[in-house]
Amino acid sequence: MAKHPYMQSYIIRGYFITGHCHKLMLEISNLACMRGDHQLFTGLNFSLGAGEVIQVQGENGSGKTSLLRTLCGFIQPEAGEIHWRGQDIHKLGEEYFAEMFYLGHLNAIKDELNSLENLRISAGLAGCAVDEKVALAALRRMGLRRREHLPVKVLSQGQRRRVALSRLLVSDALLWILDEPLTALDVGAVGLMEELIGEHLSKGGMAIFTTHQPLQVAGVETRVLTLS
Amino acid sequence: MNKLSLFDLLALVIHRDLLLALRRRADVLTTLVFFVMVVSLFPLGVGPEPEVLRKMAAGVVWVAALLSSMLSLARMFSADYLDGTLEQMLIAPQSLSVLVFGKILAHWILSGLPLVFIAPVLGLQFGMSFQSLWVLILVLLLGTPILSMIGAIGAALTLGLRGGGVLVSLLVLPLCIPVLIFGTGAVEAVNTGITIIPNVSLLAAMFLFALVFTPWVTAQALRISME
Amino acid sequence: MTIHWFKYAAPTTFYGLAGKLIPFFAWPSAILFVAGIYFGFFVAPTDAVQSEAYRIMFIHVPVSILSMFIYLIMAGYAALGLIFKTRLSSMMASALAPTGAIFAFIALWSGALWGKPMWGAWWVWDARLTSELILLFLYLGFIALQASIDDPRRADRAGALLAIVGSVNVPIIYFSVKWWNTLHQGSTIKFSDTSMHVAMKQALFLMMAACWLYTIAITLVRVRSIILERERNTQWVSELEEVRS
Repeated sequence: MAKHPYMQSYIIRGYFITGHCHKLMLEISNLACMRGDHQLFTGLNFSLGAGEVIQVQGENGSGKTSLLRTLCGFIQPEAGEIHWRGQDIHKLGEEYFAEMFYLGHLNAIKDELNSLENLRISAGLAGCAVDEKVALAALRRMGLRRREHLPVKVLSQGQRRRVALSRLLVSDALLWILDEPLTALDVGAVGLMEELIGEHLSKGGMAIFTTHQPLQVAGVETRVLTLS
Repeated sequence: MNKLSLFDLLALVIHRDLLLALRRRADVLTTLVFFVMVVSLFPLGVGPEPEVLRKMAAGVVWVAALLSSMLSLARMFSADYLDGTLEQMLIAPQSLSVLVFGKILAHWILSGLPLVFIAPVLGLQFGMSFQSLWVLILVLLLGTPILSMIGAIGAALTLGLRGGGVLVSLLVLPLCIPVLIFGTGAVEAVNTGITIIPNVSLLAAMFLFALVFTPWVTAQALRISME
Repeated sequence: MTIHWFKYAAPTTFYGLAGKLIPFFAWPSAILFVAGIYFGFFVAPTDAVQSEAYRIMFIHVPVSILSMFIYLIMAGYAALGLIFKTRLSSMMASALAPTGAIFAFIALWSGALWGKPMWGAWWVWDARLTSELILLFLYLGFIALQASIDDPRRADRAGALLAIVGSVNVPIIYFSVKWWNTLHQGSTIKFSDTSMHVAMKQALFLMMAACWLYTIAITLVRVRSIILERERNTQWVSELEEVRS
């Protein structure tokens, strides 16, 4: 099998996937994670290439959030490695962060600021200057028309989530890591998210997310990773 | 999309923190009122003899500055921690130290700089001479940023812990003792007619030392606390 | 020849090793302590200036020296744990902290008892006493920080960072306090270190050695219980004789 140094095999839920380094951007090998005394998962192997999407499933407390946070580099894994373009993410550091987008349970928006300020400032912290027109267009696409200048504290939970998700529209990250992106979203917004992920994948992006709601991306097979 | 330079990023962080403080003015003002109150309590405690007051004025101002900067430290990262912004800062594609430095600078503008302006007025209440007031302003300008910088490490280490506010004082106050000593020493020197240069130089040395190392150490502390 | 250091750096093996080592430090410590007290209180002559009161020195001096040393050793272990991710080093740091704090406390207490007959006051803002007090604060900060973090890994790493920052600051604090003191008091109380009787030196040496050995022994005892606490859910702990019975 391993004639070429980059040729490796990956097993995910019984499927046997073989790939090359150019297509396999994110490679997780033998990953183990602990929280306190509790072993969440061990020996986790999977990989993600351009245009691919993985949904992480599992019961509450099975380590979905910990897995995503480990992929972001917040948590040092107990064992195993995470490689991005063939290099360890902890060594890549900021180079990896530049190509990654993460949205956790928390929206990372400020109650005191309005939607537009929130979007522009958080994009700025992520390293991109977004001008007002682009930001307004992003907010409108997320269904926040006429709410751009309202302080976020008067918005509903679903609308706040939309403000947070509008960052996806102004980000040029390749890898999307989304933890329960559909929380508090209505049916229309869920459809919009499916559409956004679909567009992202068709441009060669990739996504890994957790959700309790079904999410179908048109034209792409969503691979499922189940943690137990 | 335009990439931001490090300087733009620094400006953005400071702008953001100042904007947030402006929309939540009460937090900043309470710290200042606290500072004024603590300083005003001392004459009531030790009596109104002008000689005694003049002698202890610099020390009182410095201790009050230390205490009021402790009050605001707990807020330095906690709001960003609670709403998830800190997570986003940790995965920002620029140096985290620069972001942290911006936050420290904003903290100083909001909690240290106002003290520099108020302190001379309070000094007058204590009968300080104009000459020593100038020295007091100078050492506060040099010293209060050090308090913010050392404090940032403590604030980062105690992020999200129970009793964080008290704990941060326990960690940071002992480390700030040299600032207190050199800060009051300079004022005392000018009162007794000695040169203030040794005190001020030592304070300046500490300032530069802290400037180089504390943003990086704070960034490491944040990574530890966010795991 | 290669020695497998990392074999003993694993908490599993170190637990057993520490258990075997403890008596070798604890007994000599006890014997030296008794000998040191005997030499200090019955053999060493009465001091010409300080009469009998100086004898508290035999407690005060070793304890204050050790309290400073232990902080540096603790910071060293903590730094090792932070950099090389060796869990045992971090556990050693946590195990050393209480001993250091207790020594700093005893140093302050004995200093006050010594100060009363010597200086006529329980507390003098002497440079050494003041720095010792600040050192006690640093220890308490370290212990309080570790105690308030539930996750042991974060506790180790946060404590390590604090200890490193603290140890960088210790010299700055010490010299600033010393300087402050000379400015304010003019002449500090100086000890005449010119002629110390041989018996005094011997007693001091014995007490010093006893305190060192005590520190090692008690740290090993404490690190064993930290290992047990951290590894309580593992196979090897549940197979230990003392756990099963």
